[in-house]
Amino acid sequence: MTGHAIPSVLRAEKINKYFTDPVSFHVLKDVSLEIKKGEFVSIMGKSGCGKSTLLYVLSTMDTNYSGKLYLDNRLLTGQGGEALASIRNEYIGFIFQFHYLLPEFSVVRNVMLPGLKLGLKSAEEVYQDAMEKLRLLGIANQAEKLASRISGGQKQRVAIARSLINSPKLIMADEPTGNLDSKNADNVFHLLRDLSHQEGLSLLVVTHDQDFANQTDRIITMEDGRIMSTA
Amino acid sequence: MMNWSVILSISRTHLLSRMKQTIIAALGVTFGIGTFIILVSFMTGLNGLLDGLILDRTPHVHIFNEIKPSKRQPVHFFDPYDDSFNLIHSVKPKFRGEKINNALPLMELLKSDDRVKGITPAVKAQVFYSAGMLELNGLLNGVNVMEEERLFNLEDYIFEGIPKVLHQTSNGILIGKGVAKKLSLTVGDNVQVISSKGDLFQLKIVGFYQSGLAEIDNVQSYVNLKTAQQILGEGDSYITSLNVKLHDLEEAPRMARQIERGYDLTAIDINEANAQFETGTTIRNLITYAVSITLLIVAGFGIYNILNMLIYEKMNDIAILKATGFSGRDVKYIFIIQALLIGLSGGVLGLIFGYFVSLLIDHTPFVTEALPTITTFPVNWNPMYYIIGIAFALASTFLAGYLPASRAEQIDPVEIIRGQ
Repeated sequence: MTGHAIPSVLRAEKINKYFTDPVSFHVLKDVSLEIKKGEFVSIMGKSGCGKSTLLYVLSTMDTNYSGKLYLDNRLLTGQGGEALASIRNEYIGFIFQFHYLLPEFSVVRNVMLPGLKLGLKSAEEVYQDAMEKLRLLGIANQAEKLASRISGGQKQRVAIARSLINSPKLIMADEPTGNLDSKNADNVFHLLRDLSHQEGLSLLVVTHDQDFANQTDRIITMEDGRIMSTA
Repeated sequence: MMNWSVILSISRTHLLSRMKQTIIAALGVTFGIGTFIILVSFMTGLNGLLDGLILDRTPHVHIFNEIKPSKRQPVHFFDPYDDSFNLIHSVKPKFRGEKINNALPLMELLKSDDRVKGITPAVKAQVFYSAGMLELNGLLNGVNVMEEERLFNLEDYIFEGIPKVLHQTSNGILIGKGVAKKLSLTVGDNVQVISSKGDLFQLKIVGFYQSGLAEIDNVQSYVNLKTAQQILGEGDSYITSLNVKLHDLEEAPRMARQIERGYDLTAIDINEANAQFETGTTIRNLITYAVSITLLIVAGFGIYNILNMLIYEKMNDIAILKATGFSGRDVKYIFIIQALLIGLSGGVLGLIFGYFVSLLIDHTPFVTEALPTITTFPVNWNPMYYIIGIAFALASTFLAGYLPASRAEQIDPVEIIRGQ
């Protein structure tokens, strides 16, 4: 690791994972990778190559693997559910393929929830932060609507705003544009890239979209549970 | 770290966004708790009334001189027959009168006992109520009327008059309602009584006494202790029974045995005299609690079902919450709090509902010969039942919410997100 001026945000060492149901299946094979501060990395590969599985392992939500996972050089492997939940809350933002907002809450409330959970700021401050993120994404005018009442593209932007609320070190996204038309997909891409460049945020995106991947800093290609290239 | 305000606000939003289900679940609790309050208030009110009917006016320990045969007959005092089997026929009771020997010193002694709340002396005098040619059998109860009022609620059974008046009128009588009716007497009239020795006394009626038991009301009257002693031609120390009231009813049997052992007297404790009332009370309480708990279990299953369904519907929400940093425990609390909020709101409504129905019962006319001073159904307003009620509501909803909430805690977000 010597010689790198830029510190690593996320590092995985020899991750192995098996599915046992319905049949035993070696889904991740000795996967090692590193993501640096401010880097915009995409993971590509065919369906079933294990890229989503890898993302969930890296996200700390899936703890059933062997190998070692570090965030900011801090070992995450073996930590309890409570600790991992608070690490996700504070350091990792998520954007899913499907919009995954809480439908009964208003847009701004959805954005606020992880901030309220973190509890470092007052509700009023979190509200101001949330409005600022919504403005950044151009949907501040939808703030008070119920999350179930806005369009797909808007939902995806709300999800991005939510992932930013606690100023995380790393944002992970699973096919963030998979569900959007090309114009919206382009918008989302540019938003993410700007965030990465301007705020030094690291991004890890799983995608099928070759055009999207080509514009990122680095593409990790996976095949049959192995990393083929990290160029 | 738990962030209660966020958890509470999520629970609230879940409940409010499905108002109809929430109301139905809460109503289940409302009816359970409401019924509990109504049942328990009414039942214990009734218990109190029935117990009061007998227990309040029954001394905890009743001391008197029973007429009975001697346990040790003369032959037992004769040593040579100690080992033989003695048969004695035609045993007669020993004559020693009804008077309690040294009653006044014994009273003072018992009064100084910590367990004793009070003690009243009484003299029973057999008389005839005289009305022209007619003579009615009667029993005069000579008592210290102020003490009777304090200890045995005599005023509850007095009509058209107060015990105090008797206390101030030396030749006064609180006459049995049945006697008064037969002799067409009203308050202020005079009545003549004839003692067993044939002496005639004139007494002034200061009130009516009605116990509710016709047999008693047709015979018994109350007079001052002194009046009864005069009618019998006896002095101040002539006392035929002592009625003891204790602070703690449970002490009665022990005390009665002590008195019997220490003095050559008969002492009957309240449990001996009224064993069946204790049983009735216990069974009524048992029924009350059994019915209430059954209702709450039914309400609990309703809540369990609704929360189970809610958690199926909310799988996505649970996955998102977990992905964005809420721990399994946070999610569990979100659902437990929903159950508790349903329990609290339903429970409070149930208390209010129960309170108003109890109020209605309390104002429903209820007239009975047995209880002259009672005009409406009895209700026990003990606030303890309201506390038990709300505790019941919270405990049962907590139990009903705990299982579904624990399932939500275990849900693996990855499975949900992948499954989309």
